[in-house]
Amino acid sequence: MIEMLNYGFMQRALLAALLVGIAAPAVGIYLVQRRQAIMGDGIGHVALSGVALGFLLQTNPVWMAVLVASLGAISMELIRWYGKARGDVALAMLFYGGMAGGVLIINLSPNGSNANLTTYLFGSITTVSPQDIAAIVGLSAFVLLVSLGLRRQLFAVCQDEEFARVTGLPVRLLNLLLAVTAAVTVTVAMRVVGLLLVSALMVIPVAAAQQATRGFAVTLGTAMGFGVAVTLSGTVTSYYADVPPGASIVVIAIALFALVTVLAAPLARRRAARDADRTVPTGPGGGTLVADGNESAGDGTGSVDRPSRV
Amino acid sequence: MTRTTAAQDGAGIAEAPPAVALRGATAALGGRPVLRGVDLTVGRGETVALLGANGSGKSTTIRAVLGQVPLTGGELELFGTPFARFRDWHRLGYVPQRSTAAAGVPATVREVVSAGRLARRRFRPLGREDKAAVRHALELVGMAERMRDPVEALSGGQHQRVLIARALVAEPELLIMDEPLAGVDVANQEVLADTLRQQVERGTSVLLVLHELGPLAPLIDHAVVLREGQVEWVDNPDRLHDLACHPHGSVPAAEAAPKIETGLFS
Repeated sequence: MIEMLNYGFMQRALLAALLVGIAAPAVGIYLVQRRQAIMGDGIGHVALSGVALGFLLQTNPVWMAVLVASLGAISMELIRWYGKARGDVALAMLFYGGMAGGVLIINLSPNGSNANLTTYLFGSITTVSPQDIAAIVGLSAFVLLVSLGLRRQLFAVCQDEEFARVTGLPVRLLNLLLAVTAAVTVTVAMRVVGLLLVSALMVIPVAAAQQATRGFAVTLGTAMGFGVAVTLSGTVTSYYADVPPGASIVVIAIALFALVTVLAAPLARRRAARDADRTVPTGPGGGTLVADGNESAGDGTGSVDRPSRV
Repeated sequence: MTRTTAAQDGAGIAEAPPAVALRGATAALGGRPVLRGVDLTVGRGETVALLGANGSGKSTTIRAVLGQVPLTGGELELFGTPFARFRDWHRLGYVPQRSTAAAGVPATVREVVSAGRLARRRFRPLGREDKAAVRHALELVGMAERMRDPVEALSGGQHQRVLIARALVAEPELLIMDEPLAGVDVANQEVLADTLRQQVERGTSVLLVLHELGPLAPLIDHAVVLREGQVEWVDNPDRLHDLACHPHGSVPAAEAAPKIETGLFS
């Protein structure tokens, strides 16, 4: 367990995994709240074109992916504003175009091949370079600054957009900022989780957390904890089992989701019962309900008492 | 179908400009004209109810007042300021029609109400004063003990009370409500009427869309009946009280009116 930390690539992979585990759910929660969980997926597809463009122009694929993914995310946001009727078709085309463009460009570039495309699609622990780490640390800091620093504003916008506009918040600006932040998150995560599975890391920890939580802030914190747990354990699994880390991270995340769902079921039942108890005494009708309950309970004991009375 | 202003000019209006002054407003949704010259005035401290059938333009009118539907013609002033220059968002408290679609992530009552406080804080962090305001707003609607509960666990009426607390938390001078009684049981309607009465006594102006006046009837100063995007008539609720239960303005076909009237007078 310790000996893997002697390898520079493994130290970098684990640091990247840690940052991705924190950042992806922190942004993903807003997409889930707005019921746009699929948006991360779309940005991932578009980012692929950016990676390929990086290879073609022989620049750093990470920065090129940040640029192209941000442009893609901004277009998705604009489509959401203006293209109400045909919005989903336009989005789908953007996704297909991003994927097809990526494969096309990578095959045209001098030192690109489908083999190194695979490391971007499903992640790879051996390819996180020292330059990548610098980019990942800087970009994660930006993502966390936005998603945690503006959490009340982003919460308001994603919860009730019209109400947020009436409170005077710059809703369009915040939406664009969220789109760009999601795009940055995708590129931060692509080295470890890969572009095809990055969306899973934005959504599954949030979905798992909300099985057990009842508030937004608690869900956010729990999701970030789950995110770190699955990215670190997935990366370690990948080291021993020699599988792409994206795959092991997502499989572990789904297992965690199933586990939390099973464990949270009795918790939810207890809470529902407590809520019912608290709602009942507020109305006069509730009082009768309680009395009815006592009455039937009395009948129950009465039947036990009956023999002694006879 | 003559246009009339909601408040007679000069009558009962203090020296302060009215909270809402909408003049000759026209607006379209998806290319279809929805407002066709609506005049609406809400004086300071007045409570004005918008009535009318579905599709008469009630909700569009209040969304236009909030700037959420762009006007294609006419003018809008809030507190004497033309809408384009209006920035005092904390003076408005908006209670949207309660949506049954829940957000994707659970949120507590306190978190939802705190969002209303952003009208005063915007990008500054919320402090002790804001926490006190959130508690106070929830006490006004009688939901303070449910502060930590998720909004998903509330009944329709309780949810509506939380949305009202979210509007009240910024301490607005004008409360704008879209069908606050829709889907709310009688007990909760009484709580809402009580909350609203307290606000009116404090001098808050109120503009609300209603299907029926119900327990709010005694609070209403003017009732404005819309029909096909125009103001059909403006009345005192004393006279309108009976009509509001069967507003013949809400009957789409003109020939149906006599039938309704016989029903009214029988």
